[in-house]
Amino acid sequence: MVNIHDILETVNMIREEHLDVRTITMGISLLDCGSSGADVTCGNIYDKITKYAENLVRVGEEIEKEYGIPIINKRVSVTPISLIGGLLTVDDYLKAAKALDRAADTLGVNFLGGFSALVHKGMTEKDTGLMCAIPEALATTNKVCSSVNVATTKAGINMDAVNICGNIIKKIAFLTRDNNSIGCAKFVVFANAPEDNPFMAGAFHGVGEGECVINVGVSGPGVVKSAIERTGNCDFSVLADTIKKTAFKVTRMGQLVAVEASKRLGVPFGIVDLSLAPTPAIGDSVAHILEAMGLEKCGTHGTTAALAMLNDAVKKGGSMASSHVGGLSGAFIPVSEDQGMIDAVSCGALSIDKLEAMTSVCSVGLDMIAIPGNTPAETIAAIIADEAAIGMINGKTTAVRLIPAYGKDIGDTVEFGGLLGYAPIIPVNKYSSCDFVLRGGRIPAPIHSLRN
Amino acid sequence: MKAVITVTGKDSKGIIAKVSAECFDKGANIIDISQSVLKDYFAMIMLVEIADLKIPFGDFVDTLKTLGENNGLFIQTMHEDIFNSMHKI
Repeated sequence: MVNIHDILETVNMIREEHLDVRTITMGISLLDCGSSGADVTCGNIYDKITKYAENLVRVGEEIEKEYGIPIINKRVSVTPISLIGGLLTVDDYLKAAKALDRAADTLGVNFLGGFSALVHKGMTEKDTGLMCAIPEALATTNKVCSSVNVATTKAGINMDAVNICGNIIKKIAFLTRDNNSIGCAKFVVFANAPEDNPFMAGAFHGVGEGECVINVGVSGPGVVKSAIERTGNCDFSVLADTIKKTAFKVTRMGQLVAVEASKRLGVPFGIVDLSLAPTPAIGDSVAHILEAMGLEKCGTHGTTAALAMLNDAVKKGGSMASSHVGGLSGAFIPVSEDQGMIDAVSCGALSIDKLEAMTSVCSVGLDMIAIPGNTPAETIAAIIADEAAIGMINGKTTAVRLIPAYGKDIGDTVEFGGLLGYAPIIPVNKYSSCDFVLRGGRIPAPIHSLRN
Repeated sequence: MKAVITVTGKDSKGIIAKVSAECFDKGANIIDISQSVLKDYFAMIMLVEIADLKIPFGDFVDTLKTLGENNGLFIQTMHEDIFNSMHKI
């Protein structure tokens, strides 16, 4: 029998503290869609996605109503498209992107991830075909999300791929310049990309996964912040414990939704990603959690330690709550999607260097950061290389989702709208990294990757 | 199968009567009620049995929500599993 205190606590979490299921993502394998020609392959892709996910949105809405839990997004992720047979040229991959976009429209999902390539050790002709298609694909579709994995702890960093990605980001920014370079918000460069991440823009259905799967991403920065505020002036042990218990409750909700969705859709349950994912809404900020922990402004000294503690406590509490935890599972620090981050950048408390330090202790990377539009591709490549090195050496996922906003400079703000928010342009180091990144080749895997 | 109905808002006449009548009308059997009035504010939690509900649960949720809106109240109806899963190891 449930007690009243628990009921009121749950209702308050949902109503006042923005507790929600951020996404139900159906992962679909397209490995059997390959055919002799691009047109047939694209037809197979469209048919399979729309067949498997046809009830996704409806079931999501039903669960939302019956459990009273807001389920903000219903999404689909697919096998990295570079791997699908029957596609080779840039034109082939552009056709595939269009097929994915049409499928997303038919289903009513708001994003479809997986226009991706895994090139951490080397690039095949198919990989380069897809990567060359990425800028135009993202400029001419609405719902397709793309990612490239350029490094792993076991393979090292593919610097040739890193350089190409620097150029891809610049080109996307140019092609979508009339819309604040928003195309860049749909492209992520990864190191150690997870195969089961339900969040966009980096979601794809990994090659080790089965035919079809349901992954859920929960979110509750507001809930964690309120819990911290209620504990008042306590020591770090009590603080960590409070965060753990709160993360348990939040993740349990995600587990419930995931198991229920899996049952109703007849698709196996994959994982719950217990990440703390902010939105621009008031009271839904990760930066504000760090400030509630005692930092005057997110970005000041102590921020990395605070985030390390937060990230770890969220994982400890959440992992007890779910039978399978996966994806990114940690705190997200996307600048444009977090009101606290935006304020911290605007007042000069938070720099790109501090953000880079923070990525070494939390689950995402340099995310949704607007930089000057004239930043050279080589500088962007060097930023990617830095993130990849952090991920590679520490055996964790890191990522880069940068927006070099075309025609904008320091002092300007870029407005994306909706959940993507807005962001002031952050300065980058103006000294050149050209000669370094353009050496090309691979940065070797670290010694501790030899674990056998 | 049980659901939890949470009613909050400014205290006014006949709240319990209206919500109970709706439950009776739709086939939800009230098992337990807890309510309190704090200054002007009213909070009530009802545990109801929904196995014999005459309409789909989703519609029952909507009906009560509308009843709340028409009476200046917030009425949230949720399947009990959410509470069982969040607050027990």
